[in-house]
Formats: sequence, C-alpha cells, structure tokens
Amino acid sequence: MTNILEVEDLHVTFSTYGGTVKAVRGVTFSLKQGETLAIVGESGCGKSVTSNAIMRLIPNPPGKIDKGSIRFKGKDLMHETEKKMRSIRGVDISMIFQDPMTALNPTLTIGSQLMEGLREHHKVSPDKAKRKAIEMMELVGISNPAERLKQYPHQFSGGMRQRIVIAMALICEPELLIADEPTTALDVTIQAQILELFEKIQKVTGVSIILITHDLGVVANIADRIAVMYAGKIIEMGEKRDIFYRPQHPYTKGLLKSVPRLDLDGEKLTPIDGTPPDLFSPPKGCSFYARCPFAMKVCNKVYPVQTNITDSHHVACWLQDERAKQLQATLPIK
Amino acid sequence: MLRYILKRLLIMCITLWIIVTLTFVLMISIPGSPFNSDQSSNETVQANLEKFYNLDEPYYIQYFQYIKSVILFDFGPSIKQPNQTVNDLLGRGFPISFELGLITIIVAVISGIILGVIAALRHNGFVDYLAMGVAVFGISIPNFILATLLIQQLAVNAEWFPVATWSSPKHMVLPVLALATGPMAIIARLTRSTMLEVLTQDYIKMARAKGLSPWKIIFKHALRNALMPVVTIMGTLLAGILTGTFVIEQIFAIPGMGKYFVESINHRDYPVIMGTTVFYSVFLIMMLFLVDIAYGILDPRIKVHQKEGE
Repeated sequence: MTNILEVEDLHVTFSTYGGTVKAVRGVTFSLKQGETLAIVGESGCGKSVTSNAIMRLIPNPPGKIDKGSIRFKGKDLMHETEKKMRSIRGVDISMIFQDPMTALNPTLTIGSQLMEGLREHHKVSPDKAKRKAIEMMELVGISNPAERLKQYPHQFSGGMRQRIVIAMALICEPELLIADEPTTALDVTIQAQILELFEKIQKVTGVSIILITHDLGVVANIADRIAVMYAGKIIEMGEKRDIFYRPQHPYTKGLLKSVPRLDLDGEKLTPIDGTPPDLFSPPKGCSFYARCPFAMKVCNKVYPVQTNITDSHHVACWLQDERAKQLQATLPIK
Repeated sequence: MLRYILKRLLIMCITLWIIVTLTFVLMISIPGSPFNSDQSSNETVQANLEKFYNLDEPYYIQYFQYIKSVILFDFGPSIKQPNQTVNDLLGRGFPISFELGLITIIVAVISGIILGVIAALRHNGFVDYLAMGVAVFGISIPNFILATLLIQQLAVNAEWFPVATWSSPKHMVLPVLALATGPMAIIARLTRSTMLEVLTQDYIKMARAKGLSPWKIIFKHALRNALMPVVTIMGTLLAGILTGTFVIEQIFAIPGMGKYFVESINHRDYPVIMGTTVFYSVFLIMMLFLVDIAYGILDPRIKVHQKEGE
C-alpha cells in the first residue's frame, strides 16, 4: 500500500514574550492508505501542533514551521500557497476538534454549516448539497436528518454534535481525517459509540485516520499503529501489538502502567513522577531523562539514536544500545 | 410569540404610566406657572387663563386629565403658542429629529463595526492602535464640544460645510458627525473586543479547517457572533442619541423636537412638556422592544418568548 502522508523532520516553534517554545522537534512518520495511526502523549507534547501543521493551520505569528517536509500523496504541502491550501483543507484533508460543544457555530443551522464546505469547494446546487448533507447525517447515525438540518447546535446533545462534526469533516469525501482528541470531551458510553462510528466510516469510505489522543484506552480499539510522543518528539512507534505487548521505551511502559486494567486484579496504578521538560530550552539529550528510572549519564548528553526493533517498531532510547543491555538487569540508577 | 408581544405591550403601558405620573409630579413641583412671566396680564386675566387650561382644578383632576390626554394622544393647544396644538409641534419637529437620529445611528453602527473588525483583524498592529486611538477620542470628547470644534474648523475656517440649519445633505454632515462619533467609538471598541474573542473560538478553527475563504469566515461565522453585545448596548445608545439630539439641535439650530422639549420646560408649557415626554418615552420603549426582538433573531439560542412555555 502507498503512503498517503509522509511527514519528515517536522519542527514547529512558537515565539512568545518568554522566548521561543520548541513545540515540535523533528517528528517523522508516515501513514498508509486506509490506515489508522494514533498519536499518543500527554498534554503539551506537541500532538495537536503536529496535526495543525499538517493542515498548515499554525497561526503565524506566533507559530512557525521551521523546517521539515509534509507530503500528501506525493505533493509537498509545506510550500503550497494559502489559496491552494484552502482547496485542500476540508476536501483532501479534514479535521475534527476536541470539543463538539464549541466546534459548531451557535448562530447557524446544522444544515448550513454542513453544506457550506461542499458548496464552497464543489459549487454544487443547494438541492444536491442538501441531499448529500442528509446522506452524511444518516451515515453518522442521526435519525430524521431532513428535519434536523434546520435545527441549531444547542438543540443537540454532545454526542450528537460530535457526530455532526464528523459528518461535516467527511462531507467532501476527504482521504485523510485528522481527529484531535475526538472523544475527550464526551462521556464514556458516548466515547464508545463515536469510536465505533470511526470504524464504520473507515470501512465505508476507506479514509485514512490520524487519531490524536492521550487516552490509551481509545487507541487500543481502533488504531493500527501507534506513535508515542514526548516533549515534541516521537520516542516510540510501532504496530498496536508492539506498543501494548512489547513496549521498549521507559515512557511507553510508564504510560501503560498508569492505565487502569480490568484483567489485572488488585494491581496498583503507577504514575510517572515528575513533569515534562521546559520546551523553551529543551534538553540536549533524551527529554525523558529527568523522569526516567533507568536514566544513564549518556541520556543527559546525547539524544538517543533510533533503534529498529522490527521493520515497523522503532524506539529512541539508549537502553537499546548493546552496551546498555547488561544494565537493564540491575537496579535503576535513580 | 403573540403572547410575548402582548405581555410586553402591557409592561410598556405600565412603564408609560410611571413616566407620566413622575412627569406630572415634577411638573407641578417646579415653582412658577406659564403665565408668571407675562407682565401685561393682571390677576383676573391670569385666573381666566388658568381656568381655560384647567389649571385651577385640584391636582388629581388635572392628573386624570393628563392621563386622558395621553390615552387619546391629544394634548390640546400649547400654552405659549395657543394657535398650535402639541401634536402640530410634534408633527413638525419629529420628522427632522428622526432623520438626524436615524442617519446618526446608521453612520455610527456601520463605521463602528467596520473600525472594530479592522482593529481586531490587525490586532496589535498599527491600524489597531490607530482605530482604538480614534475610539478613545470619540468616547472622551462630549458631543457639544466636538460640535463647536467642527463648526469652528470645518464650517468657519475651512468653509466646507454650512454652519447651521438642516436642509441639504451638506447641512447634515456636521451635526451627524458630532452626534455619531461617541456611539461609533463605543461600538468600535465593543466590536473589536468581542471579535477578538470570537476569532479564538473552535468554530472559527473548524471553519478554517473546512477551507473556507477568510471573508466567509469573518462575515458568516465571526461577525454575527461578535455583534451580539453590540445589539445589547444598542438600547442604551439609542437613548443617548435621543438626548444628544437636544443639544446638537440647539447648537446647529435644527428645528427638531429637542427645541420644543427644552423650551417647554423653561416656559412651564405643561401640555408640551407632557406631549414631548410621552412621545419620546413611547419611541424609546418601542426601540428597546425592537432590540430585544433583534436579539432573538441574531442568536437562535435566545428565545424571547421561552418562558411562555411554547
């Protein structure tokens, strides 16, 4: 299968009064047609910035894509004009935001917000747009769509609104859907429904999905591959099974240990102590050094080279180095 | 909706009744009478005049006569200009005042919104500072001072516009400018701050992610939401513009209602005081009602008649 999206060595910075925040520091990943890639990490690790950068929606100023390349179906998005980007947004690449309560304009009807993307890009007749809107509403599971098109966002519940946002993102039949924490603002039963909806949509439309989340539970269901981000870098990436059953990076292990599990009775949850590093002046070495129970002297000085565990499983950690293997058996240094 | 309108009409009537009562109490508590300044008349003439205008009756009778005149909207002849009824005066003065007020509001709203939107889009840039500088100037300077400055500079010195009166569009420029600057400045500042807030909302990000053009985002998605607070203060601004017209009409010698309103109080011309007060009150109350209706149209979440249980 061909790669629909290739991101290489992406750097994004934000200039603030306090200095320059290096939010994304060299992110590289690719996405295959019809695949779901989950980008996982804690708040502020740069996952949303990465997704906004793909859409070229980083507000400038203060944000700036310093270097790197983003290729969508072979086309370089980094150097497209703003006008060309507008014809790509919503048509080829769509985005879903975290909070469905605020992602819809309260003063416009659902119908007008659903149809405007279609009418903007494809210049279809109002009638045709309406038929398409009804079709999309049915796809995302909203009953009585013709009537509900005339309603306003406040007349829908949170879960329904997220369905509408999804319908809105898919109405121009994009090939790539970026979902930025699509279930975070919803309660748990609704979360499950929305995740099922994603799977159904992917089956029907064949859309590729980048799912951004901090919730490993969400990922376990629908992701094909997982990229774990920490302090603006991808520290481990692999197939879902690799990450869940053979995690290599201490941070990934820590994340998994901090998720409550039903199958392990009585097991205590272990939080990861400490806080992520200051991205105004990120550390030279491994950014997880300060919190890592296995930290070595080299970790503080040099950023670890990427080790390929398998063809699809990569990790950036000095513990993978041959010289460190023997240390793993002994007690943690810190 | 109909029930809501009926309810509002009832409340309007009560408001009006309070205004009429207060006006009456204030009117009779000001010392003097319409005929005091009249040197030529002796006591018999005065007594006859008072009898003619029912001013010799006890206050409660007079009060009910005023209430009756309000209900019938017929205030009888003016005391100072007996050949004219109050309704004649209103009919002559109001169209001019209305024209001045309407043009002022249109100018203030349009220029205020444009200024505010530009300032928000060029946030913290030169244009923003310039627009807000103009706005602070507009808010700080009273309209009567601005009016005299405008007359001095643009009418007397530069001779671009006529000094006073109200006939051609050229005559309208200075009074409208003097009257509109304050409200325009308030609207501009308000539009700017709400616009800045709206532009950070998720639905604006969503609209950008849909690939809409910047103009569509600003006009369809942002401005409508940003205008809600502007609609809210329209009520107060209307009241401000109405009272502003009194002063501006005096300065520019515009034959509007303001002249009668002020003069009637000086002359204790009771029917004219009551007539103009009632007329202004009804007008303002109606305007506030329209603002409330407009609010419901702009924001579907606000149902003006929600409590009626529809």
